Amino acid sequence: MTQTFILDGREIPFEPGQTIIQAALAAGVFIPHLCYHPEFKPHGSCKLCTVKVNGRHTASCTYKAAPGLEVQSNTEELNGERRTLVQMLFVEGNHFCPSCEKSGDCQLQATAYELGMMSPHFDHFFPDRPVDASHPELLLDFNRCILCSLCVRASRDVDGKSVFALAERGIDSHLIVNAASGRLADTNVALEDKAVQVCPVGVILRKRKGFAVPIGQRTYDEAPISGHLPLAEEC
Amino acid sequence: MSSGSLESILCKYDGSPHNLLQILREVQEEEGWITPATVAALETALAVPRAKIEGAASFYSFLHLQPVGRYRILFSDNIIDRMGGSQALMERLCNLLWVEPGKLSEDGLVSVTTTSCTGMCDQGPALLVNGRAITRVDEARIDAIAERVRAQVPLAEWPGEWFQVEDNVHRRDILLGSDFEPGSGLRALHARVETDGIQASNTRSWREGLPRGLVGPATMLDEIKHANLRGRGGAGFTTGLKWEACRNAPLADGQDRIVVCNADEGEPGTFKDRVLLTSHADMVFEGMTLAAYAVGARRGFLYLRGEYRYLLEHLEGVLARRRRDNLLGHSIIGIPGADFDIKIHVGFGAYVCGEESALIESLEGKRGTPRNRPPFPVTHGYLDQPTIVNNVETFAAAALIALNGGEWYKNIGTSHSAGSKILSVSGDCERPGLYEFPFGVSVAEVLEACGAKDTQAVQVSGPSGFTIAAHEFDRKICFEDIPTAGAFMVFDKTRDMFQVARNFVHFFAHESCGFCTPCRVGTSLLRNLMDKLHNGQGSPYDFEEIEKLNHILQAMSHCGLGHSACNPVLDTIEKFRPAYDSRLLHQQFTPAFDLDQALSQARQMTGRDDELAHFGAEHGDKQ
Amino acid sequence: MEVLEKKKLKVATTSLAGCFGCHMSFLDIDERLFDLVQLVEFDRSPLTDIKEVGECDIGIIEGGLCNAENVHVLLEFRRQCKILIALGACAVNGGLPAQRNHLPLTDILSEVYLSSPGLGNGMIPNDPELPLPLNQVHPIHEVVKVDIFIPGCPPSGDAIWKVLTDLLSGRNPSLGHGLIHYD
Repeated sequence: MTQTFILDGREIPFEPGQTIIQAALAAGVFIPHLCYHPEFKPHGSCKLCTVKVNGRHTASCTYKAAPGLEVQSNTEELNGERRTLVQMLFVEGNHFCPSCEKSGDCQLQATAYELGMMSPHFDHFFPDRPVDASHPELLLDFNRCILCSLCVRASRDVDGKSVFALAERGIDSHLIVNAASGRLADTNVALEDKAVQVCPVGVILRKRKGFAVPIGQRTYDEAPISGHLPLAEEC
Repeated sequence: MSSGSLESILCKYDGSPHNLLQILREVQEEEGWITPATVAALETALAVPRAKIEGAASFYSFLHLQPVGRYRILFSDNIIDRMGGSQALMERLCNLLWVEPGKLSEDGLVSVTTTSCTGMCDQGPALLVNGRAITRVDEARIDAIAERVRAQVPLAEWPGEWFQVEDNVHRRDILLGSDFEPGSGLRALHARVETDGIQASNTRSWREGLPRGLVGPATMLDEIKHANLRGRGGAGFTTGLKWEACRNAPLADGQDRIVVCNADEGEPGTFKDRVLLTSHADMVFEGMTLAAYAVGARRGFLYLRGEYRYLLEHLEGVLARRRRDNLLGHSIIGIPGADFDIKIHVGFGAYVCGEESALIESLEGKRGTPRNRPPFPVTHGYLDQPTIVNNVETFAAAALIALNGGEWYKNIGTSHSAGSKILSVSGDCERPGLYEFPFGVSVAEVLEACGAKDTQAVQVSGPSGFTIAAHEFDRKICFEDIPTAGAFMVFDKTRDMFQVARNFVHFFAHESCGFCTPCRVGTSLLRNLMDKLHNGQGSPYDFEEIEKLNHILQAMSHCGLGHSACNPVLDTIEKFRPAYDSRLLHQQFTPAFDLDQALSQARQMTGRDDELAHFGAEHGDKQ
Repeated sequence: MEVLEKKKLKVATTSLAGCFGCHMSFLDIDERLFDLVQLVEFDRSPLTDIKEVGECDIGIIEGGLCNAENVHVLLEFRRQCKILIALGACAVNGGLPAQRNHLPLTDILSEVYLSSPGLGNGMIPNDPELPLPLNQVHPIHEVVKVDIFIPGCPPSGDAIWKVLTDLLSGRNPSLGHGLIHYD
């Protein structure tokens, strides 16, 4: 017999070992997330997927589903808190959507739309984050990094390369590349690398491919991120 | 660095990437910083990508990928040091040496900046020079330090009394008052197994199905459980349950159980572990050995905070003696199969590594980021092996329990908090230092003992703990009332409790590991808002924002650091509200930044200083 | 007729460090402008050429803050308007002008006025008539309390219409999928 738990009043079936978000996405229920990706071990850092399990806040990407759990997700309270987290990410980096190649295909932006974020609310940090344009085919725009570490995990666990890593700590945390020069051109990154594909925002970009899709036809123009559930299909 | 000395360091650490951080520390101790050449050499020797080496090293305040000068001077920046005048002292030193705080002098000789509490609050203000603690700093000492730096006198030739660290024990109880004989705990336990232990094991073996050879460990576990010992790191988890869970965790092939002593005493205002390791190291190591015996571990680590690096040689000496005396190594005190040894891992200035899973990451040579739990360290700890992590004081108490029995121990203290607690008392009192009391002592009794007068508040258990106001001084130190890791900072009526909270908020922002969004960004936003209030620019709107951030940090953070980062703010808002209100301007909303200051660069470049080149008061009051 | 006139809400608009694109987009509400002028009366605005803002019900700000004059105008709007709306990306987060923020203003001024190739005897203009630039460009909510934000570069005419009509009929303005966008 399939086991189930309750998510916002709805019964969600799950396989043993599945986390709450895995089971929810598989059942077609969207829970906002940024650092979670079905092909990688849950990371639990962005906290966007936080739900309330039996009244307590917890990240749904790391919490294992169990029979009888009472989980709240799509509530005004949780969506408000998630909106605050997204606002924190917006003011932490330099996110200027009009000049970003990823606009319309960006999960941070789409998640912010989903949560009805009308402004970044907080005071901006406006950090100084130089771009790395050294590579002939790829551009790294660190201004948009949200430290989800998907590229770090993809490069290490899938590509077997460790092209990317996180350095320093706290608000100074930032992405670095594996080269003595600190430049992407001097790493062994390749265009086919998984790490190059997974960036949810506009940090790792193919040169000369920007703005190829007209406005109106981009990923999240047609349907909001909650209507895509692209991850569920891959599960 | 010569390739020979790198070779010998690598050799000492088995060339293992898990020992990356210790290797980096030793290299840095020789060279002053970690040069690109070192990184390149280690990349090859350890087969670790350089980005990972740089990523790990840059996580820690005390590891340097850039030159920091032949003299690296760090002022302890806890509120207690500040109350002792540390900020003016640092300014004085910077002026004398012609350096800006945080910047390397142009000749590459010296850098001066601040660091989180160095654990010397009973004898501060304190600072670290190249990792060595200098206590009781005053103007005369600052002037003398500046002289020696300028004359480039090697640290070894600086006056020895500057580096003297006192124990300052003012009240001893069962632990600090014990005349502990090395090995006595192990022998007492063994004797108990031989006599009543066999009797007990007969009843136990049908109950628990214990095979032969496990009677001793089970006896130790029973004593700890019977003693009702709870962890001394602050959370108060039952030690016996933790040990039992580790003991019962299945082992995969090639795995061991691990015992870790958490001596990363980073909570500002705490310094009891420093004294325990200085004067009672045998008790601590014996507790670890007994724990290893109880859980079936063969390997142990002492995670020593970088600020206590000066204790390393002393501690290695104690370990060497214990090996000679068969208190470590194989068949300890002749018990067949009782094999255990301890390695010391020195930390590098990262408070978050006091969190047990972050500590384990750090032990493995990585960034000190707290793990997702479950699984918990008792089943999946160091290199995925079952691991117990306990506080220094917990292990010392375990040694006492082995010596005197759980029954003796559980009758000390209160019903839910057995035994004694060592408090690190500092701040506004006549006799700062260590006070060991049985659990259940009231705040007022401690204040009386240390000679505190006109006390306004006490911060119990450090910034992540509780701000206790005068009307609560009859509350008791114990897990059922005020649990504590040991810090006890006293503030008299002249102190501004807003500044206390602001200092703590700065501490958390500096120590946030940056892993999760709410803590990484939230602690910095909170710091900025507290600074805004401090600068006299705060409005009621900002106050609401502070309360909103408090909620997000508590609800959404990944670990205890984020959860408790707002505690000092919440507590001081609740109990010392006037300290905030007096800072808030009357208008509902004030700009995030100083408007007039925002024109400074344009004024400088144009040479203008006319009325229109400034913002007057007009923007403020009329809103 | 007089009663109706009295009920009209007063609206002021301005563009600070913006490109007037948001104002152009405002005009994209097209024929609905006729409906709008039944309901509102414009005070200071590029549409009226009134120079000083008077007491208004709604103030609409396009653009962020890049110089002292922007700040003065914004503060005046905040003083005069009951409801202040940040219109468009630059007002909401600084927008494109804020992309200078990682450069010290001193470097920018010297490059533009002193060291650019082809500049002989360059000097930084210092006429008191000219507003001084701020060290960094800021979104308007960092200087005054903003009641409503309409993001977008520019926000579409439909988005602006939706917010205004929500507001005029006493609803809490909200933009759903398709209307809310940051680019």
